Amino acid sequence: MEEVTQELESKEYFINMGPQHPSTHGVLRLVLSLDGEIIKKVEPHLGYIHRSIEKMCEHDSYQQIVHLTDRMDYLSCHINNEAVCLAVEQALQLEVPDRVKVIRTIIDELTRLSSHQLWWGVMGMDLGAITTFLYGFRDREIITDIFEETCGARLTMNYNIPGGLFFDIHPNFQKRTKDFITYFRKKLPEYDTLLTNNVIFMQRMKGIGKLSKEDAISYGVTGPTGRASGFSCDVRKQHPYMAYDKVNFKEVLGTEGDCLARYKCRIAEMWESMSIIEQLIDNIPEGPVKVPTKAVIKLPKGEWYQKVETARGEFGVYIISEGQRSPYRLKFRSPGFSNLSALDHMARGCKIADLVAIMSTLDLVIPDIDR
Amino acid sequence: MKSIIKYFKDIFSGLRSLVKGMAVTGHYFTHPKEIITQQYPENRDTLKMFERFRGEVVLLHDENNEHKCTGCSACEVACPNGTIEIIPKRIEVDGRKVKAIDQFVYHLQMCTMCGLCIPACPTDAIVMANTFEHAVFDRSKLTKILNKPGSKIMDGIK
Amino acid sequence: MNWLYDFSYLTGGIHNSLSEHFEPSTVTLIEMILAGVAFMILFAILGLVLVYAERKVSAFFQQRLGPMRVGKWGTAQTLADVIKLLMKEPLMNKNADSFLFNLAPYIIMIAAFMAMAALPFAKGLHALDFDIGILYVSAVSSLGVIGILLAGWSSDNKYSLIGAMRSGAQIISYELSVGLSLLTIVVLTGSLQFSTIIESQANGWWIFKGHISAVIAFIIFLIASTAETNRGPFDLAEAESELTAGFHTEYSGLKFAFFFLAEFANMFIVSAIGATVFLGGWMPFHIGGWVGFNNIMDYIPPIFWFFGKVSFIIFLMMWFRWTFPRLRIDQLLTLEWKYLLPVNLMNILIMAFLALMGWHF
Ligand code: SF4
Ligand code: SF4
Repeated sequence: MEEVTQELESKEYFINMGPQHPSTHGVLRLVLSLDGEIIKKVEPHLGYIHRSIEKMCEHDSYQQIVHLTDRMDYLSCHINNEAVCLAVEQALQLEVPDRVKVIRTIIDELTRLSSHQLWWGVMGMDLGAITTFLYGFRDREIITDIFEETCGARLTMNYNIPGGLFFDIHPNFQKRTKDFITYFRKKLPEYDTLLTNNVIFMQRMKGIGKLSKEDAISYGVTGPTGRASGFSCDVRKQHPYMAYDKVNFKEVLGTEGDCLARYKCRIAEMWESMSIIEQLIDNIPEGPVKVPTKAVIKLPKGEWYQKVETARGEFGVYIISEGQRSPYRLKFRSPGFSNLSALDHMARGCKIADLVAIMSTLDLVIPDIDR
Repeated sequence: MKSIIKYFKDIFSGLRSLVKGMAVTGHYFTHPKEIITQQYPENRDTLKMFERFRGEVVLLHDENNEHKCTGCSACEVACPNGTIEIIPKRIEVDGRKVKAIDQFVYHLQMCTMCGLCIPACPTDAIVMANTFEHAVFDRSKLTKILNKPGSKIMDGIK
Repeated sequence: MNWLYDFSYLTGGIHNSLSEHFEPSTVTLIEMILAGVAFMILFAILGLVLVYAERKVSAFFQQRLGPMRVGKWGTAQTLADVIKLLMKEPLMNKNADSFLFNLAPYIIMIAAFMAMAALPFAKGLHALDFDIGILYVSAVSSLGVIGILLAGWSSDNKYSLIGAMRSGAQIISYELSVGLSLLTIVVLTGSLQFSTIIESQANGWWIFKGHISAVIAFIIFLIASTAETNRGPFDLAEAESELTAGFHTEYSGLKFAFFFLAEFANMFIVSAIGATVFLGGWMPFHIGGWVGFNNIMDYIPPIFWFFGKVSFIIFLMMWFRWTFPRLRIDQLLTLEWKYLLPVNLMNILIMAFLALMGWHF
């Protein structure tokens, strides 16, 4: 009799999700322990795309460090660039011209929009609606074109330099951006029809992967993910940089902290981003686009920290300088890393399909986590 | 009773949301004019990159096969990836030995197209070109010598 | 051209000429072989056409052009893919159960073949006309799940196993709804035989004649049969973003192609059943009393009617797939047991009442 009961007992088993898996969005390896389809534990294993960017920074000049940050969170590369530039400007006590501030802000918001569009497309695809992927890319393509025309590259733009911008905006920039906003204001409701209002989607997102405000704070979860739990953590509001203190926008806060809240938070952020761009695009002040710096920038001895709000959350740069041309130590605080740490907490007790949804709403970019 | 009404309401609102979603995809299905993809190799003639697009570093030569590079290595220093290698030589100008380039070696496979070398050049000798079809069958083909054979430095560039 | 309208001229002609030369038993044997070959050819053509259609349809839904390189408008693309699949190396896990692993794709294919045998394609073009045709087809078409279960079990891959288990739960539950929604129409026809069902729709298709009940039954049939064929939004057994490729993760080359082909064949089969039972099979579109109109409709050969209706249903299924996100396994079961099944049972009751009172047309 005893043997029978033993056989009937279900056992946990392990499954390796990744490093090559369609929905880990890169080379992330999750070791899942499962009971049937129920997740008992998620253990992320990192390091598959570690390129030791922080160490490389210790040998590069400050201008060169900027372009390395493109390769971390490649979906908000401009914002990453900006963080380094701001830290350097802060150390050198440079005041950048107003024109630079406004242009940087506009491109920040465009970056955020394009990142969220891609996230939306991928989100749909993770849930099995492949068509959304193409629609997301369709709209993102217009922004990438704007970037390409002005910054010279579609993804790794490297448009910021310490002290300003690489070159002035392209004459077409304003018109194209305005056209895009008009276009996208028409297309964004389509996103709602396809996913947000869809029953299947609703059912799959509601109440899944809950993260309370306390947990969000204790895990250091920031960005739309943290704000969906009600954790007011928008750096743009709390420590405004560039032109963010001049524009009107709402910090989107959710209450539920589940997948649906995170989803809605990002969609609402897209509307906010568009309104920020609209406020600024016609009011770009005239003036130079950079303040001259020395060819070899040497920061004074000291430590500086600068944080910005990327599409994924709070991105921080911490520089320790010994007065040399390269930093003594440079540390990036990447939002993806902290957000991923909450995955286990959120996913316990969910199903495999839910795990995919949760990861999608975390909006992970693996190079950002591994650096 | 209430729960029964809710039950049917759920069904209808669910079906309605699904039909609305289908209307969106249906719209695009019936409007093939809105297709956005391009037929890439076929449209090579009409495909134009934006002028600022950074595709690769080139050393500008004029019609006399002259370039502006003095071999000062500023670009080499500015490059974060060791992409550029300037191999200098000494040439004799008016009886004085001056530095000039022997070979401007450019490792395309290491270039991240960051564009930092361009503003670093004091004589504006190099620019970013728009080309983007860099695929080759042999990796060694990616290492390029940018100064054309027999080229020399333009007069008056120091 | 008469044979295009009534295939019994053609089949009868073949039968007569064969009977002149051979014994009756040999004639039967030859005819069976002929039918088998015909079905195999149909299968291959279906695979080619449907894969191409799916790729093109999905492309247009997604504002793409789809395959454009091989042949005009990419028409030869599937052919090229077949050649590619044929040349691929058949891989197998070291610890896989090789007998079952190799058997699984064939089971799926055989199930599809058997179901197809009973489908009425046009007037007189009907290999087997059982008096329990519907029962037979729905029984046989669910045999395929054995293949899926075996494939998942023998692959020695946990993803495959999860996929197979999901698919088992899914097909067993949705089988009910498919059967019951077909029964709703059977209540009206009083017969399970395909030919009788089609004949009964000579003056109008059941979906029009059977009031709202038939429409509900048709919608349920569409949903349930999409689920039964493991297609999106019910593709949990494959669930690319969750289980990489589900039960056929470990298959490659020709065996993978079999799974692929079987999916499309099954889609065709359920669409054919739907078209036959709800949309009048090969019966042209008739409106009672409009003689002129009916005559014009009769000019279109039945076989075109049949394939037209089938493609309509297939298109609907593709539309579903390329619009909706995938369900989760518990939602899938909730949908079946809490919504489809009760509604279905109620619907049958209503239909029975309608039939009893003679309120249908
Ligand atoms: S573009 Fe950047 S990586 Fe390429 S050669 Fe110039 S400095 Fe080096
Ligand atoms: S290209 Fe310009 S920076 Fe580079 S070696 Fe020549 S002159 Fe100097």
